[in-house]
Amino acid sequence: MVVILWTDGLVFLLLGLILAFAAFASRRPHLSLPWRRVGRSKSGMISAVILLCLISIGLLDSCHFRTQIAIDKGKPIYSVEVLSAFDALVKTMRDHTERTYSSPFSAYAFSRETVVSDGVQSRVYPRLRYGGANLADPDKERIPDILKRSLVAALEGIGTWALLGGILVISLSRGKGFIGAASTVLRGKTEIPWHAMLGTLLVIFLIAFPAFALSSHYHVFGTDKVGQDVFYLALKSIRTGLVIGTLTTLVMLPFAIFLGIMAGYLGGWLDDVIQYLYTMLNSIPAVLLIAASVLMMQVYIDAHPALFETMAERADLRLLFLCMILGMTSWTGLCRLLRGEALKLREMEYILAAQAFGVSRLRIVTRHILPNVMHIVLISVVMEFSSLVLAEAVLSYVGVGVDPSMISFGTMINSARLEMAREPMVWWPLAAAFVFMFAMVLSANLFADAVRDAFDPRTRVASRRILPEKDEA
Amino acid sequence: MIAYLIRRLLYAVPILVGVNLLTFALFFVVNTPDDMARIQLGIKRVTPDAIHNWKVAHGYDKPLFYNPGESGAQFFTDTIFFEKSVPMFRFEFGRSDDGRDIAQEIESRAGPSLEIALPVFVIGMMANVSFALMMAFFRATLVDVWGVVLCVAAMSISSLFYIIGGQFLVAKLWHWVPISGFEAGTSSLKFVILPVVIGVASGLGSGARWYRTIFLEEVGKDYVRTAKAKGISEVRVFFHHVLRNGLIPILTGAVVIIPSLFMGSLIMESFFGIPGLGSYTLDAINSQDFAIVRSMVFIGSVLYIIGLMLTDISYTLADPRIRLQ
Repeated sequence: MVVILWTDGLVFLLLGLILAFAAFASRRPHLSLPWRRVGRSKSGMISAVILLCLISIGLLDSCHFRTQIAIDKGKPIYSVEVLSAFDALVKTMRDHTERTYSSPFSAYAFSRETVVSDGVQSRVYPRLRYGGANLADPDKERIPDILKRSLVAALEGIGTWALLGGILVISLSRGKGFIGAASTVLRGKTEIPWHAMLGTLLVIFLIAFPAFALSSHYHVFGTDKVGQDVFYLALKSIRTGLVIGTLTTLVMLPFAIFLGIMAGYLGGWLDDVIQYLYTMLNSIPAVLLIAASVLMMQVYIDAHPALFETMAERADLRLLFLCMILGMTSWTGLCRLLRGEALKLREMEYILAAQAFGVSRLRIVTRHILPNVMHIVLISVVMEFSSLVLAEAVLSYVGVGVDPSMISFGTMINSARLEMAREPMVWWPLAAAFVFMFAMVLSANLFADAVRDAFDPRTRVASRRILPEKDEA
Repeated sequence: MIAYLIRRLLYAVPILVGVNLLTFALFFVVNTPDDMARIQLGIKRVTPDAIHNWKVAHGYDKPLFYNPGESGAQFFTDTIFFEKSVPMFRFEFGRSDDGRDIAQEIESRAGPSLEIALPVFVIGMMANVSFALMMAFFRATLVDVWGVVLCVAAMSISSLFYIIGGQFLVAKLWHWVPISGFEAGTSSLKFVILPVVIGVASGLGSGARWYRTIFLEEVGKDYVRTAKAKGISEVRVFFHHVLRNGLIPILTGAVVIIPSLFMGSLIMESFFGIPGLGSYTLDAINSQDFAIVRSMVFIGSVLYIIGLMLTDISYTLADPRIRLQ
């Protein structure tokens, strides 16, 4: 049975909107021109490749279903566990749970256990159930086995990469012949930096293929306290991070755009009311407002357990609420920017001309003002993404983030923070969470910079700043 | 200017009323006092009597906004909203759900918070400005490019990582300072130094990058070209003209957070076990003590409004062309 959770629906709606816009813009040169400028930026395209890989994992992880476990009087009974297409893809990783901690690539458990064999008790490091279970003598065979498997997988990765690269070159070579096109691409003579993107893809494949291949026989990032594979947890966290980063802005955008333009263009008492509203929301410390709202939502969810059929649905609704709450606290900045811009545009000659021709207000707003503030909206959306991903980790640490049952970077860090104090230290859950989060946030930051440079008309002057900092006096 | 400030003060009143209404709505309308009592007493097997007793003990046994049983002024004053929010304007915060005086707690905890937040602010500011200056001075060279790369990388690292990593390296591995804790007086230095260093380091990336753009914006202005045309050396133009003019937006922008410094940092204080307002709030959030959270929200917004006013004043001080009317 296919389950469409709220966030899934919204994620796919967002994807549809983006694709529709891409199709719309590709025919219109004035819309696609700045995107071409993004396409020429090397760092922007490298980070875009990494982001695309992360997004495809996130999208796979957003196709949820429940498996059928039995049929009772013609009515199928579904398991209460909600799985995703990604879970099905990495089923081995998901199922390979050990009893407790084990270090990366280890074949033995992390702590001694008392084992009784032939009536004699002894304290030994027991073998893991899955990690290196295929080996007869892990001490000797483990490293050759790992090397052999990763080498094979790396070769597969290179093969896949070469295939993709070949397809790209063929599609680029318009009558130039394969060799000529390939050498243009590899020497970096193309308009879009394909060689940098292909290089990034190669690095990703060289890491990802061996990691996935090894994950069915080892725990690449070890296991956590309850024996779950940390690599699996880190991959699952990607979706949560992406959802928080994108849906929050999706939720806040209508408010910010509508209210900001209203305040700026119409002015008068409406302007006062909207300004009052966002000054008020701004004056409450964001963390406290979020904490208060999340606490209240938690009380509500606890008081109405009957509303949710499965645990995943509850966790998902909490995630959606968290996005809304984060959106509520973060729309004020964009709203203020848009108000300022609309104020400025209102006095422009073409708007005055439109007014003189008797064009209706609604049409002026949608036709003349909205398209001219869209670059601000876009820039602030991409800039916001990385800070939201980082905020999720902090909020989950504070205890007002996502549902504790939902896998995210924040919950991973939160449950792992005490492990640093253990002796010997358990470092891998934290390390995995931070490495994945760093990759995601860094590529988002770089991509955001490329987008800003391409869209902000002021960046071609010395200035690189787009956000005026504080309230106007 | 006095008239302007008085007007600003009066303008603050509706904002604070709004903040109060909003928090009140969040805390009491979304969840009734009955729900809260149930949470505090434990979800299961709570008798109606116990709920009633809890509500009476904490003053939640009245109607929310208006009291139909009373007449005249009592119609509005004998309600939860009035009794819980109006005293806040007199800075009387009442008692927390575990019975302690909130105002007293705030008084004793503000000091430790300040001891962390103030150095982080001052040293962080200086570090950010110097780093940004260096990048702007060597603009469009390798120093600048790699500086920006470092900044972007540094701001992509979660603040939790700075704290956990710093605590692990400095306190656990090298044993330079205690991992966490706090003592009053001069011996607090060894507890304070690590949080301050980490606080400065974690803010360096985004701060320095942003200040760099401000300096670059100044560099592109006409007066710089004029100064250069007069034959003033590059170094003097930079440190005499650009630095001074660039500091105006930086300082006036930073003034707004000065009052809220004494709220401390939620995360930092809880990691380092510092008995400040940040960890107080965090504990209140975790134990769902609404009285404390509400008081902190109120104080936070008061401080923000004070910060906005200070910003206005600092504009006039920094730039004599600006007059407040």
